[in-house]
Amino acid sequence: MASTETIDVEIWQGDANGGAYRAYAVPAQRSQTILDVVTWVQQNAEPDLTYRFACRVGMCGSCAMTVNGKPRWTCRTHVSKAGDGPLRIAPLRNLPVIKDLVCDMTEFFDKWVGAGGVFKPSTTRDDPIPAIDPSTVERAAASEAIECINCAICYSACDAVAQNDGYFGPAALNRSWSLINDIRDAGRTERLSAAAGTGGCFNCHSQQGCASHCPNLLNPTLSIAGLKRAAVKAKVRGEI
Amino acid sequence: MIAEHRQQPLWFAFALHRISGLLLALFLPAHFYVLGLALKGEAALDGFVAWTDNPMVKLAETVLVFLLAVHMFGGLRVMALEMLPWSSRQKTFAALAAAGAFGVAVCFLLGAL
Repeated sequence: MASTETIDVEIWQGDANGGAYRAYAVPAQRSQTILDVVTWVQQNAEPDLTYRFACRVGMCGSCAMTVNGKPRWTCRTHVSKAGDGPLRIAPLRNLPVIKDLVCDMTEFFDKWVGAGGVFKPSTTRDDPIPAIDPSTVERAAASEAIECINCAICYSACDAVAQNDGYFGPAALNRSWSLINDIRDAGRTERLSAAAGTGGCFNCHSQQGCASHCPNLLNPTLSIAGLKRAAVKAKVRGEI
Repeated sequence: MIAEHRQQPLWFAFALHRISGLLLALFLPAHFYVLGLALKGEAALDGFVAWTDNPMVKLAETVLVFLLAVHMFGGLRVMALEMLPWSSRQKTFAALAAAGAFGVAVCFLLGAL
């Protein structure tokens, strides 16, 4: 639907050394997403505007940006839901900027590994596939945490990450919690030691910004609280 | 100005807990000073206690009682969050902590009038 109405948009452009917002007037469309707006600017006004996206349907987690001060998945955020006034679009907070709206995700994923986010199988491919009972408490806890799309919105919303470079952050610890509840996993003790060690779950201040911003409605604070309880129990029992 | 990403009830609960803790820490030297007056003799402490009958001091004490109560209830909320099975009523608990502290402070003020 063509329209004569326009949206006032400011998009941050720059690199690790700094940058500034540039203003654009983007034609308004019905059901227009923030990603649509950024794409219009890149295709019609600023050919070298750099941004990242892939699936456009909220599955890949690659298009997260800061929209009017809040981290959001831009492919599933309508302009009409982004707040009043001009749109201000910036890269995610708490991650180094490569260029314009693209952040370097290296430290984010390194922290997944640091928090014990790599699955350690308890069987080999020659063994029968273990049956998973979906009704168990452990499986329910694992399933609650498993739909993370690695968008780093929680990481960007977290003040504990902002204040402590070494903190693994909500997504990595949420992954660790999902594996701790996975009965197929054989790395519980090492994983719990990592998740409760330096940079681990006890750095969380329970502000719950992660849960309030997660686009998939996951609750990393719940996972981190679970890790804290499990770590205390394991410490008392001398397991870690 | 509070940043956009912090504008959610549980961040305000965190901030209230942190600020009340800092203000209580600032109050501690005054608290110890008053306790120290008792060591100087009955008259010194009685003189201070008489001064606290001033309505403005009672009002300040009400604020102090609120800070103590909100920090205690807030601390219990955080301990429950971290050490008890998870509840989805986190915002309700934060609201109850603030309302409970307000209630305690009002009761103190009514008793002091």
